[in-house]
Amino acid sequence: MTCDEAEILLHALIDGELDAGHARDVESHVATCPRCAPQLAAYREMSRQIADANLHYTAPLSLRRRIEASLPQPKPAPSRRSVLKGFAMGSALSAIAASGLFAIVLRHDDDQRILSEVVSAHLRSLQAGHLTDVISTDQHTVKPWFNGKLDVSPPVVDLTAQGFTLIGGRLDYLDAREIGAVVYRRRQHIINLFVARTSDTERRPATMEHIQGFNIRTWSAQGMKFWAVSDVAPDELAEFGEKFEATLKTTTVG
Amino acid sequence: MSPGRTVGTGRVQGKGGQEAMPIQANDDAEKARRFRDAALPYLDDVYTLARHLLRDAGDAEDAVQECYLRALKHFDSYRGPAMKPWLFAILRNVCRAEFSRRANSPVKTIDELPEDAEQKPLWHEADETPEAQMLRRRDASTIQELVAALAEPFRETFVLREVHSLSYREIADIVAVPVGTVMSRLARARAMLRTAWMADEEQSK
Repeated sequence: MTCDEAEILLHALIDGELDAGHARDVESHVATCPRCAPQLAAYREMSRQIADANLHYTAPLSLRRRIEASLPQPKPAPSRRSVLKGFAMGSALSAIAASGLFAIVLRHDDDQRILSEVVSAHLRSLQAGHLTDVISTDQHTVKPWFNGKLDVSPPVVDLTAQGFTLIGGRLDYLDAREIGAVVYRRRQHIINLFVARTSDTERRPATMEHIQGFNIRTWSAQGMKFWAVSDVAPDELAEFGEKFEATLKTTTVG
Repeated sequence: MSPGRTVGTGRVQGKGGQEAMPIQANDDAEKARRFRDAALPYLDDVYTLARHLLRDAGDAEDAVQECYLRALKHFDSYRGPAMKPWLFAILRNVCRAEFSRRANSPVKTIDELPEDAEQKPLWHEADETPEAQMLRRRDASTIQELVAALAEPFRETFVLREVHSLSYREIADIVAVPVGTVMSRLARARAMLRTAWMADEEQSK
């Protein structure tokens, strides 16, 4: 291989675009070439520094709202929640005796508030230095770390084989109490899994919510409530939840 | 907002329009919901690309909004690729339209670049620079300025690769050029950036 060829191909090598054979060719040329070796090193260093510099921007909230507002929003089939909300605001005042229903309304609003808190906690965690209190890809390091810190021991399962890399754990604050957060990564995306104790030991099927551009999958199992929040696509988040539930079930039963 | 609006000249088309409206509204809401779920998670990514392409926060916001409007309009016919590259391709078209609107501005569009631009160095590559020289550590804002100074087609390819981590194939599809062109642009972009990086080091000594 000539230097001219290597000069182009070493970029493909850095970017992981070469098949094994070509990668070997370029590597063996670079290894022995005093001209190409420092180039490769410099470009690798440059890529690393650019990644560290984090050239990502966050869209301003005003832009997000403008786009949301520009989407067609007729509500021909109102959801149960908005029916109840309407009821709460209007006739509920006169029908306050229907306290059972009123309680449902309140609980829903409460759920909604907690979901916004989940999103806020997720956003907070993405700010520099906030993501993890304990950094480890090993579930046997992350799980004991939570011991004694919370009223619940968040289950930590290894989902690396399923494409979700465990990167650590963190104490967070949700609904005015401390809560465990287990942090996973899917490609470039962070998934925060919040775990809280609940008096409700019934297993509740998952629901998927969408708030401020984030997807939140909520479910309950084994006396714990789970919120998985991320900007990954809903189907990937659902996959994460399902894999997590399945793995948890096999590890606790088996 | 009125669902009737979408029918527009419905009167001319005559029968059926009236009954179809509620279904139309239903479909619109359902489509908007699906679109929101599919496309809005990439808002930060699209905005990031717009910032790098246009180098102006206000212009970037406008372009992103236009991009989402167009994407919604074409969402019915969307069959792939993945959502992110699809949005990127739309954004890129929006940005190009913006560039040609600013035809009088000194900023050159991709199309206005002379044909040999990809062969000719856009600035002097310091041949005399010792190639063994390693890059010094630069802070984030310096790196951002260096990237922003790259010429258009190179910056575009570079950002799609280094910031958005897209594959060569995805970049080629978005930019609508062969993979080979992506490779050569990326090689040129990195060479130019490295040169500028080292020149900047010299200056700041």
